[in-house]
Amino acid sequence: MGKYFLKRLGMALLTILLVACVTFLLMNAVPGSPWLSEKTPSETTLAALNAKYGLDQPVPVQLMKYLQNLLHGDFGVSLKMQKNRAVSSIIIEMFPISAKVGALALLWAVLVGVPLGCLAAFKRGKLTDSILRVVCTVGISMPSFVVASALLVVFAGGMATFKFFPTIFDASLGWRSYVLPCFSLGFYPMCYTARQTRSAMLDSLNQEYIKTARAKGLKNKKIIFKHALRNALIPVITYLGPQVAFTLCGGFVVESVFSIPGLGRYMVQSIQNRDYPVIMGTTIFIASFIILMNLVVDILYKVADPRISLTKGGE
Amino acid sequence: MRKTKKMVSLTLSAAMMASMTFGAATTVLAEESEAADGYNLAVCLASEPQSIDPALNSAVDGAIMINHMFEGLVKWVDDGEGNAVTAPGQAESWEKVVNEDGTVTYTFKMRDGIKWSDGKDVTAGDFEYSWKRLANPDTAADYCYMIDMVKGYAEVASGEADPDTLAVKAIDDKTLEVVLSYDCPYFEEIMAFPSTFPVRQDMTEGNEEWTYDVATYIGNGPYKMQEWTHNASITAEKNENYYDYDNLGPDTIKFTLLDDDNAILAAYNSGELDFIESLPTDELPNYLASGELNIVDYIGTYYACFNTEDEIFSDARIRKAFSLVIDRNYITENVSQSGELPATGYVPAGVYDAEGPGSDDFRTVGGDYYSVAEEDYEKNCEEARALLAEAGYPDGKGFPTVEYLYNTNDNHKKIGEALQNMWQEQLGVTVTLNNQDWNVFLENRKEGNYQISRNGWIADYNDPCSFLDMWYTDGGNNDAQYSNPDYDAKIDEAKATSVQEERMKAFHEAEDILMEQDNVLAPIYFYTQKYMMDENIEGMYYTPLGYFFFGYTTQK
Repeated sequence: MGKYFLKRLGMALLTILLVACVTFLLMNAVPGSPWLSEKTPSETTLAALNAKYGLDQPVPVQLMKYLQNLLHGDFGVSLKMQKNRAVSSIIIEMFPISAKVGALALLWAVLVGVPLGCLAAFKRGKLTDSILRVVCTVGISMPSFVVASALLVVFAGGMATFKFFPTIFDASLGWRSYVLPCFSLGFYPMCYTARQTRSAMLDSLNQEYIKTARAKGLKNKKIIFKHALRNALIPVITYLGPQVAFTLCGGFVVESVFSIPGLGRYMVQSIQNRDYPVIMGTTIFIASFIILMNLVVDILYKVADPRISLTKGGE
Repeated sequence: MRKTKKMVSLTLSAAMMASMTFGAATTVLAEESEAADGYNLAVCLASEPQSIDPALNSAVDGAIMINHMFEGLVKWVDDGEGNAVTAPGQAESWEKVVNEDGTVTYTFKMRDGIKWSDGKDVTAGDFEYSWKRLANPDTAADYCYMIDMVKGYAEVASGEADPDTLAVKAIDDKTLEVVLSYDCPYFEEIMAFPSTFPVRQDMTEGNEEWTYDVATYIGNGPYKMQEWTHNASITAEKNENYYDYDNLGPDTIKFTLLDDDNAILAAYNSGELDFIESLPTDELPNYLASGELNIVDYIGTYYACFNTEDEIFSDARIRKAFSLVIDRNYITENVSQSGELPATGYVPAGVYDAEGPGSDDFRTVGGDYYSVAEEDYEKNCEEARALLAEAGYPDGKGFPTVEYLYNTNDNHKKIGEALQNMWQEQLGVTVTLNNQDWNVFLENRKEGNYQISRNGWIADYNDPCSFLDMWYTDGGNNDAQYSNPDYDAKIDEAKATSVQEERMKAFHEAEDILMEQDNVLAPIYFYTQKYMMDENIEGMYYTPLGYFFFGYTTQK
């Protein structure tokens, strides 16, 4: 077990290093410079700016320097969007907002999606199942910006005189700011989870051990929650692991529609602005988070199904 | 089985309950925005500012915020009709002496009772420090050249001389002396320009993040920063140490930081914002027609520039033909649709001529380079076709396919398509459109990797120099790669004198070379600034440089 984790950790670090290098090189390969605008600064100013932020050196040298600083936990300072501010403090400020919206979104996605999936499995072929199937298909095929924009129009005063929720996200307004974004962000995972649960549940319910359980007269509640659901959760966990990382680090689209000051939206803005250190910082942060979540998923597998051996699976 | 049913329906009804609770508590929204005393203003200018350090800022949205939280030697005040005019700010008065060697000495007397937002006195020394910081190449300020008229600037900016050699000196706490290397006619506006606003040495030195913390972002303006939620809002409150505190308007001004035009408009319509200045292009005509959208002057020109080093467009006749067939009226009335003026020259309407504000502007004095009257359009096209034939392409025969480059944006795209159509129909030439991401576009345009490109220029100060200086050979913004020694000579001539009549004469002659003789660019329209403001708010004022002032607004 310990050996397995060490190996995983080593792989994780190597992956992050690769992500850092590839991002750095790609980013520099994209044309454009952070200093250009409709009014280009003079040559001397450009030279001064490049010298100040080390952009006058060859890319490999810049990369080495960046990696060195990274080892010391220094992500550098923003070049443009919040000029001269440490990238780490930007991430520390933006991530909790994304994480809060994302966590709430996933929470409702799981809390509603899993029971709905179970319900659909039980009512297989009946009207409830058909309705749920339609809802879930719509939820999976509809892009989140459509859901978000529609909600904004209907519930935030865009269309009629009634206005339940603010148009612009404002954390100081409390829960009302979270409702629409969390709903739109969680809608897709909810539908996906429901469908996954349904098919996994159907599989489980047809297993011999469920029949045995029934035969020996166990209560339905026990059969579903102790035996069937536990097995049915494996594919759900597999899906949710990386999804947690993506959702928590900010659904870019939903953050844009509701103007949420989160990490996902900021990362996209940083790419548009060629704010190199911010691009690097957010990419490495999100990559690390995804790798970490995959590790957590592996552990959860074991909790859900003790028969899964991490050591064998890993080697 | 039955119990399971119960369980599931319980979970579901819990979920429904939750959503009903969300729906029920709805009326609270409106109540919170009303303060007990005074009022709070919410405006949206743009998204997160790049920097609100007065020296480092180079954007209009940043400048507006800085104008509220800092104050220069000169400030902008309302003339009573909503127009901003310059007036003594931190300096109470000044004397101007022209020295024998042509240099000019300004001696400023600081106003009594001026304080920083933390209560400390503002001194002449603060200005000395700030101006030297601006010129210092280590600061790497985009707008350092705004004070290039100050004696010693060139040496300091190039790094040859110590910043202390810049001719800005605090004689004592109340007296500031600035020596200019020549008599700069627009120096008063420069003193009201955000780059020249004072900053605190003890806050900025050694702390590059000073603008991000309320405790270190100490200003001397009418408002002071209360809170900054990054990528969401900057809130400023009245500065109790400001000398004119009693007359200030809103208790707080909240600069909401948004980048999506649809979201901005939705927030305005739902009452969350009192002032906005951008909205989706598709919505413009409706709001313009209903009278809700206000249009004000903005000294800037939207134009297409030709790459003068390109094989085809090195021929001035072709450039002129391309310019003449542009139906500017069609573009402003049917494409851009927000009250822009069809451009008849490069320097836009509203730029002062020799007589200064209140008399004929530079455009009126300079006249039109072609007629934009609708009845003359056919004639212009005739002339264009003749020119193209003269250049060897009668009816566009044999003319190679050329490309129009713009940055990805709906409005630019529509204009590009209109131009493409006009060139094709009137000249018989094929023009393809190419759009690029903003940063890629800027680089290619700057490097001259294009044939025709979208371009635009907004003035930093109200003087034709701001527009004409840029076409100097090898100038940093000379995207057309234009070079003409006669033109350079005229610009030098204009810069060498401080006699307004002579300066303006040289500038007019320079523009004649640029527009009439060389046709380096095809002006399309003169910009206008649009905005919408809650009808209950009054007292906002504006300068055509793009700055809005909210500090003295009141709510009906």
